Amino acid sequence: MSFQVMIEQLAGGLTKSISIFLLTLLFSLPLGLLVSFGRMSKNRIIRSAVWIFISILRGTPLMLQLLAVYFGPFYLFNLKIGGSWRFTAIIIAFSVNYSAYFAEIYRSGIESMPPGQYEAAKLLGYSRASTFMRIIFPQVVKRILPSVTNEVITLVKDTSLAFSLAYAEMFTIAKQIAAKETSFMPFIAAAVFYYIFNAVVAFGMERIEKSLDYYT
Amino acid sequence: MALLEMNHISKSFSDLEVIKDISLKVDEGEVLSIIGPSGSGKSTMLRCATMLETIDKGEIRYLGERVAWVEPDGTKVYPKGAQLRKVCSYFGLVFQNFNLFPHYSVLKNITDPMVHNQKRDRREAEKEARELLGRMGLADKADAYPCQLSGGQSQRVAIARALALNPKILFFDEPTSALDPELTGEVLKVIRSLADLHIAMVIVTHEMNFARGISDHVIFMDKGVVEVEGTPDEVFEAEHLRMQAFLGKLQH
Repeated sequence: MSFQVMIEQLAGGLTKSISIFLLTLLFSLPLGLLVSFGRMSKNRIIRSAVWIFISILRGTPLMLQLLAVYFGPFYLFNLKIGGSWRFTAIIIAFSVNYSAYFAEIYRSGIESMPPGQYEAAKLLGYSRASTFMRIIFPQVVKRILPSVTNEVITLVKDTSLAFSLAYAEMFTIAKQIAAKETSFMPFIAAAVFYYIFNAVVAFGMERIEKSLDYYT
Repeated sequence: MALLEMNHISKSFSDLEVIKDISLKVDEGEVLSIIGPSGSGKSTMLRCATMLETIDKGEIRYLGERVAWVEPDGTKVYPKGAQLRKVCSYFGLVFQNFNLFPHYSVLKNITDPMVHNQKRDRREAEKEARELLGRMGLADKADAYPCQLSGGQSQRVAIARALALNPKILFFDEPTSALDPELTGEVLKVIRSLADLHIAMVIVTHEMNFARGISDHVIFMDKGVVEVEGTPDEVFEAEHLRMQAFLGKLQH
């Protein structure tokens, strides 16, 4: 196999890695906020349930969660799996898993806000919803951005875990080519791709952080 | 009719009773100062009046209307949602540590509540906010961010932000305690100018000369009770031991 063909195949895998990455962020960031509300709920039952949810998702391997989501319908309900379910299962497992991590990051940010901001907002006539959306959340975003960047960079590399469901993302492809050609070259090429992918992500996150530098 | 009436208010934090059956009244255009040693319950009284703390006994009335009270069986009745926002529109509060919104410019700190909560026209709000900033001597700071301001400037922005919503009564919770003497002077000057406009104010302060000069009525609190009250002269000349000791301490 020529070098060029290998690169083309890896690049094909990379687009799938990127779609896992983007869809996971799209779903897990809002879901994480919802989970963090549950985690901070005044209702003890909701709070405990969400605590258990987070604890399980953070306390077991993501690879195992991928398998559980993918094979769950078969073992639980004897449903036929395969086809497009593979990709859907990957997105569900990644989004739910990452929402647990993001939830704790949101919570740390929200709880670090000084009570005076809520008090000022209340007396200036903001409703509870607008207090959160206009006053609290924008400041929370700035505070948690460095932690979010960490998670996002981890996610780039974690997309390779989809190989456990034999989904043709970049790492799976690299492994296939490496086995067929008995060469380590595909792994090195994949490493370079992951590195560039992450460099772009890190650069983007830095730009966002800079754009919020106008206040402290 | 009194703008604000607080009747037989009591308030405890766990076992500590910080306010013991206090009543007070503020009329239109009246300036009331609350003085007393730290921990005497002055700020708590203000926080109860502004719905930031709930009372354990008594009732709070704005414009004659009972807005918060405690039933004989101990049930606390407080406004919520739109009703709470209506009550909060009667007053403004200036905090000791300003509590400006750091992610908004000075101008937006003032206009955002006007536009978003009072549904006023943005242009009109900005015009009025700039006028207010001018009166505060901050005309050139409209586009600055709170982190670029001194403490005195921040506090004057906070005053402008509260005033912009046209409150009937303005509360000050130790507005100069976080400021050095020079900055204190510029903030006190602004507050004095408001008194000249006959805006009702309740001021918790450690600035005795200021309180004596500006107030129509003074309350001296100690350990959760009102020890002395009356006109500034009556209070500051009172032959009250605790009061004199408190003032004496300040003169060293």
